[in-house]
Amino acid sequence: MLAIKLAYRNLIGAGLRTWLNVFVLSLSFLVIIWHRGIINGWDRQARNDTMNQEIGGGQYWHENYDPYDPFTLTDAHGIIHEKLQSDDNYAPVLVAQATIYPGGRVQSVLLKGIEPAQKVLTIPTEYLESDAVEIPVMLGSRMAENNKLKIGDFVTVRWRDANGTFDAADAKVVHIFKTNVPMIDNGQMWVSLKRLQKIMQMDGEATMVVTSQDITSAQDLPHWLFKDYSILLKEFDEMIKMKNVGGLVMWFVLLLLAWIAIFDTQVLSIFRRQKEIGTDIALGMTRGQVIRIFTIEGAMHGILAAILAAIYGAPLLYLQAVKGMSMPEGTDDMGLVISDTIYPYYTIGLVVVTAMVVLITTTIVSFLPTRRISKMNPTDAIRGKIQ
Amino acid sequence: MENSKIISIEGLIKWFPIGGGKFTALNDINLTFGKGEFAGLVGPSGSGKTTLLNIIGSLDAPSEGKATVLGQSIGELSHKKAAKLRNEHLGFIFQTYNLLPVYSVYENVEFPLLLLGKNAEERKKAVMDALEWVGLTDKIKSRPAQLSGGECQRVAVARAMVKKPVIVLADEPTANLDAENSHNILQTMEKLNSELKTTFIFATHDEKVKKYLHRKVSLFDGKVSQDELVEKVGNG
Repeated sequence: MLAIKLAYRNLIGAGLRTWLNVFVLSLSFLVIIWHRGIINGWDRQARNDTMNQEIGGGQYWHENYDPYDPFTLTDAHGIIHEKLQSDDNYAPVLVAQATIYPGGRVQSVLLKGIEPAQKVLTIPTEYLESDAVEIPVMLGSRMAENNKLKIGDFVTVRWRDANGTFDAADAKVVHIFKTNVPMIDNGQMWVSLKRLQKIMQMDGEATMVVTSQDITSAQDLPHWLFKDYSILLKEFDEMIKMKNVGGLVMWFVLLLLAWIAIFDTQVLSIFRRQKEIGTDIALGMTRGQVIRIFTIEGAMHGILAAILAAIYGAPLLYLQAVKGMSMPEGTDDMGLVISDTIYPYYTIGLVVVTAMVVLITTTIVSFLPTRRISKMNPTDAIRGKIQ
Repeated sequence: MENSKIISIEGLIKWFPIGGGKFTALNDINLTFGKGEFAGLVGPSGSGKTTLLNIIGSLDAPSEGKATVLGQSIGELSHKKAAKLRNEHLGFIFQTYNLLPVYSVYENVEFPLLLLGKNAEERKKAVMDALEWVGLTDKIKSRPAQLSGGECQRVAVARAMVKKPVIVLADEPTANLDAENSHNILQTMEKLNSELKTTFIFATHDEKVKKYLHRKVSLFDGKVSQDELVEKVGNG
């Protein structure tokens, strides 16, 4: 108790110096939590968007469908099972290979037919509802950018139908949507399901049926195999895990800055306060007591910083979690898959673990320089003669 | 000199390693000090005054010989036992005051009592008494930086005396003070010596201090060159 009392008295007595150190450390606290919150929010948002815009609650795949083998795609279609007909819970998607010729160039694409009125995926398929002569198509913004296509542009599409006959027609870009799910953007062209079935000579057929998020588990049906969202997100989740390992490096760097701030304060403190240390020993303190006081002082910096960070940081972090953080235009051009606004996501676990790690490690870092005290000659320390 | 010997030094030698050799700071010192003495170790710079004072204060240990303070052999004390001896029975006054800069006057004087584990009521009474002895009751909330040199040294005296130690060791206590402040401090210490029977041992080469001493132990080149009792006619 005495050590705590004296350490507290020393800290409060040091006034502005203490509060500057505490403020810097509290900033480290906040940046560490904020950084993890942004990463978590980004991952969470990407996962949610992937489910909302691509995967749904799960997918029925035609038995021949293998997304990793494009050569099987021509055979990966079949009559939609009667239980999987398009409604609020099912959105059949027909996938077909095609070639487009934007600006005289050749580009392979996947045509994806989907019911314009579907409610399962949150992509603006209603734009595909059209009786126009040209095929109304919808593109993701990256696809449109890569092929220099704008709304209203025409592009020639060439495909090979179910009977092996090549055919071509003009498609009109009716809508360009922004998404941070690359799998529904890059190299994809969205078409009305009926229109695609018609031009492919595949009436009533689909390659997959996306289920709503109310249906996350289901039995396989004849020729249709159910893949739940955990299977479909497996690669995504593994990628997040890998990214988290990378994120730990940043987390560690920020923590290192906090440690250096504490270590520097302690080293400077022990050097500058050597007269005080010598006096403490002359007045009857043991070296162990002095070391304890200095270590507790360092640890108290961490505790005060945590309290200060909670006072001014919690409202800031909360505000940003609610309002989100707008990302600048052009992040797509840098190859970053990111939404317009990122909502940081903080968990109690994140805050508690960060606080504990910072507190424990700053205590250890506070202790390390104080070991010099045990080697100090008190008679030299009293006169401030130690270099 | 009082009869009861509280400090006994026999054949004390202290040397420090310098380069490949050693420098002998104290050589064959034999001294005793009794309770209630007002004595001084006098001599020029480098004569070994502070070294001897540090050994008596258990901040340093003899290289050879024996120094016994209040029945405890300094050379044989562990760090903890030496700290206990200083904590319970010794008071220190330094040339540069060595007050804790972030503490108020009250907190500086209270500090030794905290180490002794006194309760808040005991501490308050003792601190106020000590500050009254040195005439600083109106400055209890001031920080050392807000005090003059003389006031700082009076706080240091109060801090040394607050626990009513058996021995107070003062290393050049007036070196940074003007004549008037020096006399005030010395009069205060002399008064405390006579009232509380505390033994004061000074290390000094200041003529102003020498006038107050009741016993002068002269050191020269690490040896006792003279040990004399001073006939006191009046203060100063």
